[in-house]
Amino acid sequence: MDLTGNASLARETLRTMWTIRRFEEAVDDLFARGLMHGTMHLSIGQEAVPAGACLALADGDYITSTHRGHGHCIAKGARLDAMMAELLAKETGYCRGRGGSMHIADVATGNLGANGIVAGGVPIASGAGLAVKLRGGQQVVLSFFGDGAVNEGAWHEGVNLAAIWDLPVVFVCENNHYGMSMSAKRAAKVDRLGDRAAAYGIPGVTVDGNDPQEVFDAVSAAVARARAGDGPSLVEAMTYRWKGHSKSDKNLYRTREEIESWRERDPIVRFERAAITAGALSEEDAAECRDEARDRVRAAIRTANAAPDASAASLTDAVYAGSQS
Amino acid sequence: MTTTESRTLTYAEAVREALSQAMEADERVFLLGEDVGTYGGAFGVTGDLVHRFGEERVRDTPISELGIVGAAVGAALAGMRPIVEIQFSDFTAQAMDQIVNQAAKIHFMLGGAATVPMVLRAPGGSGTGAAAQHSQSLEAWFAHVPGLKVVMPATAADAKGLLLAAIDDPNPVIVLEHKLLYKQSGVVPQSPARVRLGETAVRRDGTDLTIVATGVMVSRALEAAEQLAATGIEAAVLDPRTLRPLDSKTIVDSVTATGRALLVQEAPKTGGFMAEVSAAIVESPAFGHLTAPVTRLCGLDVPIPYAPQLEKAAVPQTEDIVKAATGLVNQW
Ligand SMILES: Cc1ncc(C[n+]2csc(CCOP(=O)(O)OP(=O)(O)O)c2C)c(N)n1
Repeated sequence: MDLTGNASLARETLRTMWTIRRFEEAVDDLFARGLMHGTMHLSIGQEAVPAGACLALADGDYITSTHRGHGHCIAKGARLDAMMAELLAKETGYCRGRGGSMHIADVATGNLGANGIVAGGVPIASGAGLAVKLRGGQQVVLSFFGDGAVNEGAWHEGVNLAAIWDLPVVFVCENNHYGMSMSAKRAAKVDRLGDRAAAYGIPGVTVDGNDPQEVFDAVSAAVARARAGDGPSLVEAMTYRWKGHSKSDKNLYRTREEIESWRERDPIVRFERAAITAGALSEEDAAECRDEARDRVRAAIRTANAAPDASAASLTDAVYAGSQS
Repeated sequence: MTTTESRTLTYAEAVREALSQAMEADERVFLLGEDVGTYGGAFGVTGDLVHRFGEERVRDTPISELGIVGAAVGAALAGMRPIVEIQFSDFTAQAMDQIVNQAAKIHFMLGGAATVPMVLRAPGGSGTGAAAQHSQSLEAWFAHVPGLKVVMPATAADAKGLLLAAIDDPNPVIVLEHKLLYKQSGVVPQSPARVRLGETAVRRDGTDLTIVATGVMVSRALEAAEQLAATGIEAAVLDPRTLRPLDSKTIVDSVTATGRALLVQEAPKTGGFMAEVSAAIVESPAFGHLTAPVTRLCGLDVPIPYAPQLEKAAVPQTEDIVKAATGLVNQW
């Protein structure tokens, strides 16, 4: 499918990417003004990966996400107000204030959860894939993780299980070139992390992660393979995070020029231009997508702000299931 | 300049000073961990050490905790003195086989033929809004394992002195730093003075009850003791500093004198370290001097939540200590 040339797909892709961008800009701002606490990992610059990848999924498909998961959550269809409420420590948040940014899950849309543990979601995705297979279901599980995650034991074990059991899982590596300050180049001897797939006997590809079309195409092929019962695949999407790893990052490990060169490859601006050039969108359509994203995020903040704070009175409730006091 | 001079350093600076003095003194000492190099450590603890000692000795690693700890075990066996930084103590879970089944047991299993002189530093504790996977107090996990030593420095001076002692120690030592303490300042000796492992510190004398606290709870207990003093209750505040080996004698002596013990920890109550301290008291002659039940004030038995108001409710605060101590003294 052609995202750039098709009016409705182009609009959807653009809307998703702008929503992620505006949501995270708002979060960044709330944080800077001391209105949001905790820590925050922004994916600004990487929007094409969740947008392209989730577009390749169907309703009912699952994802597992990471500490940098706002984009995954939004692209999979989460409610902005419940996300914002969670970050603002409200009772109406996805986790009633218990989880925060790093632990948001939206089971209703198939998001099995963000994860504060690098590679923590990878074996979980394989487990979900196993459940689908045992139930004889048609769903696919897509697991997002960073380039840093591929060196964790959990990653290798999770990928291997999916491979030997032909599980319907798509492993999507968002290679933003750094695991905190560790460059992917220094952390692995292979040039392409997609090559790691070979060690597990599954297909692996490396695509431009700043192009939603390339991500969509690669993930679509992997999803089709998974649905056909042929097992998992690895998709490496090359992208970049513009901001620091988290709020405390001094950016000492990369240069201004490097960051600038990637900002010039802004996935949203590129896609917008391409869609306009292809005639799928007008300038006005593009502006509308942008404004709509801004308005939705503003509304989410308003709704969240009006909600009651999470209450400590029920703090011990959900420690064990079935024992609500 | 005399080497006994002291100045004020933050807890993080004190750790860094211990690391740099140990590296200067002994070629075998080196650091490894995620982002300990140019980044300077997730909490800024290693700071500029990479510029002073180079990338070989201040070694950035991929994100692979089990590999990192395993590499340290191997390096220690082969004669080096590795110091591992695990970014958050929670991630020791990834490395548990290397810590528990390898590092802790090798000396024993080999009949004493080899030692594993390594240090594993990791920040623990809540209070930063990092939620359940980044805020735990896991000291009881490690204190339970024969072969490991476990320290929890509560002051800047101890952060330096205990770490230096840990580096000297021929055993694997787990140093649990508290992330809320990193920015707190204290007087720290310039000299590489060791704080011996296995000595409980008496932070404050008192006659009415003994408060035993660890980690960030030590400063909260001291604040509470000040408030209690204003109401006429004199609390002794003791900080075990080393959980294993535990100096229970100092604790027992204090409780023998005061007759009351309030044990404060941030970690959840069930199976927590203060259960061990409690047992040490009631198994001792102090039992006969107790005028009140030994009482624990602990974190709730919940994972640490994200929302600030919930996070605060999940672990003891100064006012909780005041309340518990007042109740203990007035009721008994
Ligand atoms: C097991 C574990 N180790 C370390 C960390 C600390 N940490 C959080 S994110 C991160 C970098 C992850 O890099 P990558 O997987 O490439 O994802 P990115 O942040 O680039 O999106 C690190 C080291 C963690 N959360 N979990």
